[in-house]
Formats: sequence, structure tokens, C-alpha cells
Amino acid sequence: MTFSPELEARFDKLLKSYPPGRQRSAMIPMLMYAQDEVGSVTDELIEEVARRVGVTPLQVNEVLSYYSMLHRKPLGKYHVQICTNISCQLRDGDKLWEHACKKLGIGHKEVTGDGQISIEEVECMGACSWAPAIQVNYDFHHSMTPEKLDQLLEGLRKKQ
Amino acid sequence: MLYNEPSPLETKVLTRRFGLPNSASLETYLATEGYQAFLKAAKMKPEEIIEEVKISNLRGRGGAGFPTGMKWSFVPRTSPKPKYIVVNADESEPGTCKDRLLMENDPHQLIEGALIAGLAVDSHGGYIYVRGEYRYLIEILDKAIAEAYAGGWLGKNIQGTGFDFDLYTHTGAGAYECGEESALLESLEGKRGVPRIRPPFPAVAGAFQCPTVLNNVETYSAVPAIIRDGGAAFASLGVPKAGGTKLTCLTGHVNKPGVYELRLGFPVKQMIEEVGGGIRNGKKLKAFIPGGSSCPVLTAEELEGATMDYDSMAQRKTMLGSGGVIIMDEDTCMVKAVLRIMRFYAHESCGWCIPCREGTTWIRKVLQRFHSGGGTRADIDLLGDLGKNMLGRTFCPLGDAAAMPIISFVQKFRNEFEAHLDGKPCPYEHAERLVAV
Ligand SMILES: Cc1cc2nc3c(=O)[nH]c(=O)nc-3n(C[C@H](O)[C@H](O)[C@H](O)COP(=O)(O)O)c2cc1C
Ligand code: FES
Repeated sequence: MTFSPELEARFDKLLKSYPPGRQRSAMIPMLMYAQDEVGSVTDELIEEVARRVGVTPLQVNEVLSYYSMLHRKPLGKYHVQICTNISCQLRDGDKLWEHACKKLGIGHKEVTGDGQISIEEVECMGACSWAPAIQVNYDFHHSMTPEKLDQLLEGLRKKQ
Repeated sequence: MLYNEPSPLETKVLTRRFGLPNSASLETYLATEGYQAFLKAAKMKPEEIIEEVKISNLRGRGGAGFPTGMKWSFVPRTSPKPKYIVVNADESEPGTCKDRLLMENDPHQLIEGALIAGLAVDSHGGYIYVRGEYRYLIEILDKAIAEAYAGGWLGKNIQGTGFDFDLYTHTGAGAYECGEESALLESLEGKRGVPRIRPPFPAVAGAFQCPTVLNNVETYSAVPAIIRDGGAAFASLGVPKAGGTKLTCLTGHVNKPGVYELRLGFPVKQMIEEVGGGIRNGKKLKAFIPGGSSCPVLTAEELEGATMDYDSMAQRKTMLGSGGVIIMDEDTCMVKAVLRIMRFYAHESCGWCIPCREGTTWIRKVLQRFHSGGGTRADIDLLGDLGKNMLGRTFCPLGDAAAMPIISFVQKFRNEFEAHLDGKPCPYEHAERLVAV
């Protein structure tokens, strides 16, 4: 598989970050960074990472199914994650989630027809004091309201 | 960046650089006494460093509150094996959002804390395990680490002291259980985050089966101030058995939610009223969770005379935990609140041991039925019993973390469970509800 030079540099650095013989440690970070470029964890990617860290593809598969941020199917270009955990729920994060589902006509981990947006109801993401919070890909948005969310989604629909 | 206004009632030790221009840069750090504690520690004997940390009465800020100096003293410093410093930056206990600020606004303080821990236990390498969602913080940390290498504060023969230390970031990939220390160490080795049997503890067999110091971000971030100003000065900020300050995350129904650095022993009432600006919309306080969703809930009455420290919370049979304070007003449905908390634990149970895997899911199902109007009187006791049967019987403390909220909610708010019986609509929600989920 070929990756961008930045990702290759990242891989090199990761593989050197662990003690000799412990390259398996780089597996999860490699999958995380590669998934951003490839779009999801494909069979091909699993084989490639397995080869580079010196384990079998089966071992990679076994590990990745444990982690909720590693996904086998592509998500939308903009993945909107809405926290409904307790501190967000107390400030209407649950209603925000329902609003997003209705607005987009999709549900948990589903993608809009044009592939632009996917949504996910997530657990606490470390923004509890500025609730309700959402993340679009890796960007945080704090103190959300249905109106602010509508605006944001409008923008994402049009954004390339 | 800061996401809320600071409060004049704060005691700024760990957050003293917050708000300075480029507070995350090496330049700002060095201009504000940065790395001075490392230089001082490099001239001390390792036992003296550990002694200073013991004097400071610093206790772990990740949730369990274990005395940090004592933890460091368990590491067999003369072992021929390499030793590791691991920073727990997995921050995922619901209600907790403070490590994020420490990494975002003052990453060098964390690096310096890790370096000093390295000196104390003769370790020459460390990892910062950062939850996957905090990608932007990994970028900030990587930048700070690169600056530290370039400035001679990491790497070989740091500032001519003869001490070598390498530090790396490591991203998680979405799993609450990986915040538990032994699961984190498994994850760091490229495995599923399944907890390890203990003993041996990480101090003896941690990262890569080598002696390891594993602490929370806030714990390490307190170390430079302790060495710089002395353990006694830090100790004097807190209460007799717990020194220093605590980054406290006010969340839920207060007017001014936010993260505030308060000295340990800060009165709870004053914290809610003056730091948090009181309960939103002039409502009354109903319930209070002191340190993340796993801590037993307290009623407003139980808060009488309470202070934010380990002992005051222990007297009330709860815990100071991680500092994630969850505040609920009189209109909050306690059944709905605990349902959300238990949904979380059921989702995050790693599935390794049966009491936790089955117990959390069973509780979640009963609560879902309950909140939708299908609960029976026998269910109320069942919920409490399920919790009690998990408590102390699981492989790792996630089972306890799940048991404590359900046991305390049922015990203290039984009337609210009763108000949901016999298909009655939830007294707090006017929306129509479906029976049976
Ligand atoms: C299920 C579970 C989740 C935990 N999550 C975290 C976490 O996100 N961050 C953290 O620092 N400690 C967490 N802990 C506590 C750690 O196991 C460990 O006690 C702590 O990191 C030690 O550091 P300290 O002594 O500095 O607090 C968790 C514990 C359990 C049982
Ligand atoms: S509860 Fe939503 S970010 Fe913590």
C-alpha cells in the first residue's frame, strides 16, 4: 500500500518509539493515523500494518474490534459526534442528538446519501464543563444549541 | 485556550500560566521559572526527590487518590531492567475535562513533571497515553516535545546533567477501560485493553513488564511546583492529609460551569454558590456527584458542612475522584440520570469478567424498562442487589465504578423510582413515553 509522505514519516517515528522487539505497540496508533487518510480500516490496511509491526492480520483484527474509534466502514467526510453522557444530558445533549437525527434523517453511525455527513452518539469526550459538546472529526464545538448545530450542518453540507 | 472565565476564588498553582500569551511555548515556560525544578531535582538524590513529594502530601489526581510519593518509592530503582514513566492522559470519566486544559495550556509543565519522576526512579523514557479523541492535544504535545528536544530539555545529557530521557505520545483509540492503569499498559503494548491481574503492580511489572510509574496528567503537572517551592508549601495549600489544589470541573446545572483550580478543602457550598454562580434559573440543588460519574451521589442535605477533599467525601461514603463535579437541580429525573450513567458503564465494560459484563447490561435493561414506564416494585430492589453483587467482585475496578452510582441512586432517591411505577409517566418529562424498549 502507498501512503502520503507525511504518514510514512509518522509510521517511521512510531516504529522507533518503542523498545526493540516491541513494534507491535505501534499498531493502534498506525491504524488511527492511517484510517484518517484511507477513510476506514480496510482489509488491505490491516495486512499492511500487520506486516509492518510483525504480527498476523488476524491479530490486528482481534485488537481493532475492541476500539470504538477504529471503524471498518467509511464514515461521512464530516463525522459529527454528539455527546449525550451525563454532564451533556443535563444540558440537553440528548435533545441535541435527537434533533440531529431528525434534521439529517439518519441514525447512529449512519451516513447521508451524499457521503458528506455521518453522526454518532458518543460517550463523554472531555468537554463536560462546556456542555453540550460535539466533535466534528477532531474539532470540538462547545455549548451547542439546536440552532448552532443547524448552522454548522448547513456549512458542512456545502463544504468540499 | 481557556473555555471559561477564571474565578477570583481560585488558587493558581498548576494553572498559573493559563492565559499568558503562548502559554504552551517553551519560551513562555522558560520565562516563568520553567524547568528550574528539573535543574534543582537533578542536583538532589532520588530519595530526596521522593521525600519532597511525600512531604507535599500529593495524592493521585486520576481518581483513586493514592499517595504519589509512596507510589514512586515502590519502584525498584536498582533493578537492571529499564524503567518507564507513563502519563495517563486517557481522561474519560464522565464529568472530567481538566487534563485537557493542562496539556493544551501548559504542556511543558507536564513534561517537566515526567522528567522529575524519571530522575526519582532512574527512568530514561516515558509515554503519554492520550485518548484518541484528543488528537489536537497530541499535536500540541508533539510540538512541545520537539521544542524540548531542540532546547536540550529532552534527549541525551539534558542540560549537561548527564541525565537522558526520551518522551513519546501514544494515541488511544476509544475505550474508557484503557484509563484503568493495567488495561492502559496492555493497550500500550498493542493489545486489547483488558486489565491485568495484580499483583504484580505496575511499579514492579508495568510497561513492557518493566518497573513503571503511572500517574495522571494533573499529578505529574503538580510535581514541578512541589520541587521548586518545596513540598511543605504545596502541602500547606490543602488539608492535613492531602496537599495542594485540585482542578475541579463544575458541570451540569450551575450558572458558570467551568474548570477551576481550588485548594483542597474548599467548601462545597461556596464552590457551588460563588465559583459556580449558583444553580441555574434560581432552582434548588437536588443531587451532587463529587468526582466523576462513578462516585456515589450525595443529596443536598448530605452536603451540609462538606469540603472538597478526600476525607470529607469519605465521611459521606463517596469519593473526591477525578474532580468532575456533576450538579443536578430539583427538576432532574434521577431515574433518567442514572440510566444514562449505567448505559455508559454497560457500553464500556470490557467484557472480560462476567459480573461486570452481565451486571452492567442487566442494570441498563431494567432501568430502560423503568424509565419507559414498565418498571415493577421488585425491580427497585433488583437494581440495588445487582449493584451490590458486582461491588468488589470484578476483575478490575470498572465493576465498582458501575456499582456505586446505581446503589447510591436507588438508596437515596427511591421515591423517584416509585414515582415511575405502574406505567406512570415520568414526573419530570412531559414527552410521551413508550412502554418497553
Ligand atoms: C475504569 C477506570 C477508568 C479510569 N480512567 C482513568 C483516566 O481516564 N485517567 C486517569 O488518570 N486515571 C483513570 N483511572 C485510574 C487509574 O487506574 C490509575 O489509578 C491512575 O491513573 C493513577 O494515577 P494517579 O495516582 O496519579 O491518580 C481509571 C480507573 C478505572 C478503574
Ligand atoms: S459528558 Fe459530554 S463531554 Fe463529558
